[in-house]
Amino acid sequence: MKEIKERLGDKLLNIYEHTPNRIYLDIKREDLKEVVEYFFLERDMRFVTASGIDGRKEMEILYHFSEDSTGKIYSLRVKIPKDDLKIDSLTSLIKGAEFIEREIFEMLGIEFTGHPNLTRLLLAEDWPEGIYPLRRDEKGIRDLKERNWEKKNG
Amino acid sequence: MGWKEKILKRSLWVYHLATGPCNNCDIEILDLLTPRHDVERFGIKLVGSVRHADVLLVTGIVNRKCVPRVLRIYDQMPAPKVVIAVGACPMGGCVFKGSYNQAGPLDKIIPVDLYIPGCPPKPEAIIAGIAKLLEKLK
Amino acid sequence: MAKAVVPIGPYHPLQEEPEHFLLTVEGEKVVDVEVHIGYNHRGIEKLAEHKSWQQVTFLVARICGICSTSHPIAYCNAVENLCRVEIPERAKYIRTLVGELERIHSHLLWLGLAGHFLGYNTVWMWVWKWREPILDIFEALTGNRNHYDMLLPGGVRRDLNEEYFPWVRKELGEVKKNLEMLSKAILDDPVIISRLKGIGVLTQEDVKNYGAVGPTARASGVKIDVRKDDPYAAYDLIRWEVATCENGDLLDKVVVRILEIFESIKMVEECMDALEKVKGEIMATIKEVPPGEGIGHHEAPRGETFHYVRSDGGSSPIRHKVRAPTYVNLPTCKATLPGSQLADAIIILASIDPCYCCTERVAVVSDRKKKYLTQEDLIKLSWEKTERLRRKYGR
Repeated sequence: MKEIKERLGDKLLNIYEHTPNRIYLDIKREDLKEVVEYFFLERDMRFVTASGIDGRKEMEILYHFSEDSTGKIYSLRVKIPKDDLKIDSLTSLIKGAEFIEREIFEMLGIEFTGHPNLTRLLLAEDWPEGIYPLRRDEKGIRDLKERNWEKKNG
Repeated sequence: MGWKEKILKRSLWVYHLATGPCNNCDIEILDLLTPRHDVERFGIKLVGSVRHADVLLVTGIVNRKCVPRVLRIYDQMPAPKVVIAVGACPMGGCVFKGSYNQAGPLDKIIPVDLYIPGCPPKPEAIIAGIAKLLEKLK
Repeated sequence: MAKAVVPIGPYHPLQEEPEHFLLTVEGEKVVDVEVHIGYNHRGIEKLAEHKSWQQVTFLVARICGICSTSHPIAYCNAVENLCRVEIPERAKYIRTLVGELERIHSHLLWLGLAGHFLGYNTVWMWVWKWREPILDIFEALTGNRNHYDMLLPGGVRRDLNEEYFPWVRKELGEVKKNLEMLSKAILDDPVIISRLKGIGVLTQEDVKNYGAVGPTARASGVKIDVRKDDPYAAYDLIRWEVATCENGDLLDKVVVRILEIFESIKMVEECMDALEKVKGEIMATIKEVPPGEGIGHHEAPRGETFHYVRSDGGSSPIRHKVRAPTYVNLPTCKATLPGSQLADAIIILASIDPCYCCTERVAVVSDRKKKYLTQEDLIKLSWEKTERLRRKYGR
């Protein structure tokens, strides 16, 4: 942990160790790529996934990295203001981020600048635009009227 | 009972359709082919194309994305046709009830003739269900 | 909400309709692959926000039918991490036993399907026949062939009846014997070797870029296994080894899984020995879940299953993120498919062991003639290649 504090300096807004092998770091949106380079390339950690959360006042994305040699998981927390839902895509660094970012995009509406193919991944083609299932505000799921599926008489 | 039904009773060709399942029911259906249960000795055959099928086995919660396909498959099936809902999912959603991606229980979309509950139903239960169906057709 | 568990191509020989695969081909060579998923999206992450902490365990068990206990183990690890709770020792052994039995049945299932795709239907029937006793063991010990629902955050729900252990040992001995026979037959058959060796190679660099996990990564020589790297349950209490291979081709992927079955059989036996000695509680009560975040992961048969939960002190998680292993293993087909022959496409896609329920379509389009191939077609191409090789080797 000391090494991380030294290396990241003031890019590191906060660091919290919940248990010895679960460490949470808060960083700024602008510093994301640099910090990810440190964890993914310099420290050679494995990118596990990214969790997007609607924190009501702002959005959060947690990028989880696993240091397999020690079993520690480092989660980078980036806060994104709701009126400016954009963040840099990591696909140029990590090929595996493509699906992960697409999913966050369609579930929360966060745009990843630089993503090669930011389209829907999981939702149906006829899912209404602008409704993001994981959002808790007016853009989330309110009363979606059920379609009346035609019943076939056998 | 017409001559079509008489033929149906001889051997059932089954087409399996998965509409967003956890695949457990699907594996149990596949298990029916394996030596322990071996339904082929009853003349029940799993076919690769719905145009040859007499029976449609449906598993899964009926995902929104799957609905057009379910309707299309049902249309393509030649009459007389029988629809069996396997597992708790097509019956009401099982634990996924209320999900935003669920298009409803299967019988709101196509008519269902037989329900085999379970999560998953054991292969013996599936065979028993099909046997009950054959009784009904008599 | 989305649990987005991967969808991936229908490997189920009896899947619905055409338009499943989208590979761009030029002649017999695959040039590109496009992956379309979403048919299995059930909104699990969103549902979890409306269920109590204990109910979510049953919800996640039904994400996948094959790795039915992997998600509960990872989820319970996450909640226990959040609450900083340690489960009783007996519960640890029970969790490990169920987890390893599941690995055995899952790998056997995959072996059978791999045999089917290669054109060895007898292998499929045999292996699935040997799998039945494992399901019987599950039924005797836990009450159900699948969806054992043994876990809850804090421990396990039911204790195991040790009277069954001698019978379990006997059945596992039979599986071991049969599998030894099968492994020799596989490694002796030049047709199978030429179908698998050197094909569908995944390099170590791609393993890192895509974050591949599980046997898919270990076959390429990347020695990662959550059970050793970040031990939980009884994995640091029993003796076992991680299986790896070097080349990352299809043959290595088969070998790694077979080695893991043998290892898992040993682990189950050790757990049974321990359970006969270690008595006591099987559940640690968690009175309430404090606000905070928890992360838990488990080495499922297909790789690392990762769960993240966030709590605000209430009775439900306010956020639950699930990442199944196939989600990261699936994109590796972009690295392994291009450049390969069309006849090998189906077995390359199957080699990452896409979780059936995490299945989805991968469609195939030929860019010049807009030819559509179904899964049936791809399986047929694979069988034809095996026939040609059989004739070549005179078998």
